Amino acid sequence: MTTSTIQNRITDLFSTKSDRLLNVYFTAGFPQLNDTRTVLRGLQQAGVDLVEIGMPYSDPVADGEVIQQSNGVSLEHGMTLRILFEQLAGCRDEINVPILLMGYINPVLQFGVEAFCRKCQEVGVDGVILPDLPFDLYEAEYRDTFERYGILNIFLITPQTSDERIRLIDEASEGFIYMVSSASITGSVSGVSDVMKAYFERIAGMNLRNPRLIGFGINNQETFDAASEHANGAIIGSAFVKHLQKNGPGAEGIDAFVKAVRP
Amino acid sequence: MQTTVDTQSSFEVTDKGFYGHFGGAFIPEMLYPNVEELRQNYLNIIADPAFQAEFWQLLTDYVGRPTPLFLAKRLSAQVGATIYLKREDLCHTGAHKINNTIGQILVAQRLGKKRIVAETGAGQHGVATATVCALMGLECIIYMGSIDIERQKPNVDRMRMLGAEVRPAKSGSQTLKDATNEAMRHWINNPVDTHYIIGSVVGPHPYPDMVARFQSVISEEIRKQLLEKESRETPDYVVACVGGGSNAAGAFFHFLDEPQVRLIAAEAAGQGVNTGHSAATTALGKPGVLHGSRTILMQTEDGQVTEPYSISAGLDYPGIGPLHAHLFDSGRGDFYSVTDDDAVKAGFNLSKLEGIIPALETAHALAVLNELPLRKSDVVVVCLSGRGDKDLSTYTKYL
Ligand SMILES: Cc1ncc(COP(=O)(O)O)c(C=O)c1O
Repeated sequence: MTTSTIQNRITDLFSTKSDRLLNVYFTAGFPQLNDTRTVLRGLQQAGVDLVEIGMPYSDPVADGEVIQQSNGVSLEHGMTLRILFEQLAGCRDEINVPILLMGYINPVLQFGVEAFCRKCQEVGVDGVILPDLPFDLYEAEYRDTFERYGILNIFLITPQTSDERIRLIDEASEGFIYMVSSASITGSVSGVSDVMKAYFERIAGMNLRNPRLIGFGINNQETFDAASEHANGAIIGSAFVKHLQKNGPGAEGIDAFVKAVRP
Repeated sequence: MQTTVDTQSSFEVTDKGFYGHFGGAFIPEMLYPNVEELRQNYLNIIADPAFQAEFWQLLTDYVGRPTPLFLAKRLSAQVGATIYLKREDLCHTGAHKINNTIGQILVAQRLGKKRIVAETGAGQHGVATATVCALMGLECIIYMGSIDIERQKPNVDRMRMLGAEVRPAKSGSQTLKDATNEAMRHWINNPVDTHYIIGSVVGPHPYPDMVARFQSVISEEIRKQLLEKESRETPDYVVACVGGGSNAAGAFFHFLDEPQVRLIAAEAAGQGVNTGHSAATTALGKPGVLHGSRTILMQTEDGQVTEPYSISAGLDYPGIGPLHAHLFDSGRGDFYSVTDDDAVKAGFNLSKLEGIIPALETAHALAVLNELPLRKSDVVVVCLSGRGDKDLSTYTKYL
């Protein structure tokens, strides 16, 4: 297994900051088709450390109702990968927060993996999270292409992932490891239980070479703090999508949301 | 059932779960431990003599196997060839689906699982799953699209009577694809004590191979029965409908490496292949990933899965199993699309000619008989995958 030497905004971020990082997910083209840049700008102004932009998909099996619905709405607006890349074109003139694209593998395959990576590089995307592209297949078939364009692929681990596999993923990862807080789809749990804490501690004790962000079930200051105690920070998804659904993409609302999570 | 294969056939799954370009295990990490546990254990479990003994005993005494291979004389005369019907409709619960659920419940027990989750379209797989859960005393949750709950009501009632909890899948087109999404989400949320009994040769490796093995009893019996009746082990054609493709995989299995046996798959054209209301996957689809495997998939240019349509809930699915994608891609199988109307006609035709009311799914296979370039001397086996009681409310609209 080779370790890549990719250096980009994500690796730069973690080399300068290692504590209480906040990563926020939102679905592209939601609540309205052209809100993607507005939300992105709002999150940067509010001081989040990374953003994950969801590429909507018709069959998001790892997602709960809130994100499913936002995917559906965005697709109804006519969102496509092509449009997303158009919306992101030129964003690096104003946005310097690291950007990850999160979504499912089929739209990427139809776009063409190489074309996708090239576009990511062109518009300034730093990494991807593709839950249904398994680690083993990525290593065997796609890693070279992603690396050629300097795009990181972030892998997930869960409470059920064996120590052996975690070591393997850690060895091959660059950027950070996405710790799924519990056995669940997105948005289905809230709060941090003792079982979760025990898992966080177990992983913290493994002294992995990569930083870790904890996601799934993080929805307020309390859960953000609990996650940050055991990892380098946390990821908020469903709770922020709910916020957008209710309050729209306004910068003030986004700022208030972010400050409420991490004052 | 074949548990070891001495020569590597090009239609046999590879170590990594591929049939040609198709298959694999495209699953989120949350499912990796479950699927990996299954992958590491299924072949050993199935090969265990105690498993084999229990499996065969249940297929014999509970399911009622072997199912008859019936020479349909009046249909033969009408079509102009020798037509045999492999009577899977006579299995306990009324379809081939139970061959698979018996196998998987025994696997689940050996993996120490306490709960079963499953998806269902027509409700036949749901009923077959609820049945084996009752038999083994395991808790059972079935996801079913809201639309299918409406159009297959008798099966919903059967599942409930058998003690299963039927949960409506309300997303997307509210049919089989969405029920499968919900079952997968349920499995992600309950990874340790739950086994997911997938109902067809779809899903991540090792499901397509495992389900095909359990269904392969169909072609194993066909060979023996044909030898008795026709003094030959192989027919000229085997015909089956393909939703995900489990009855077809079972009917084709022991003929895959004999190219003189033509393998005929009937897909649902719905209102017509080009009407936008169809489920004819190979006619309309392209390679893509759905429900954990790379296969042929109905999708938009942007890679969003297209909502399929068929009058038959069991064929109303935008993909096919990876083995079938490979049969199509390699030319080993011939794929036909059959419209709602032609299927219904074929269903009425069989009812009147042979006194057998077939499931709407099965009726699609029967309709293909009119399309094949048959000669008088040809021997054709049609997999009569299920009985039509569940479809009476749809059929009677055509009376
Ligand atoms: C009677 C019958 N035949 C066929 C099918 C289609 O499934 P498969 O293609 O897996 O055999 C179903 C599915 O519900 C069914 O009930």
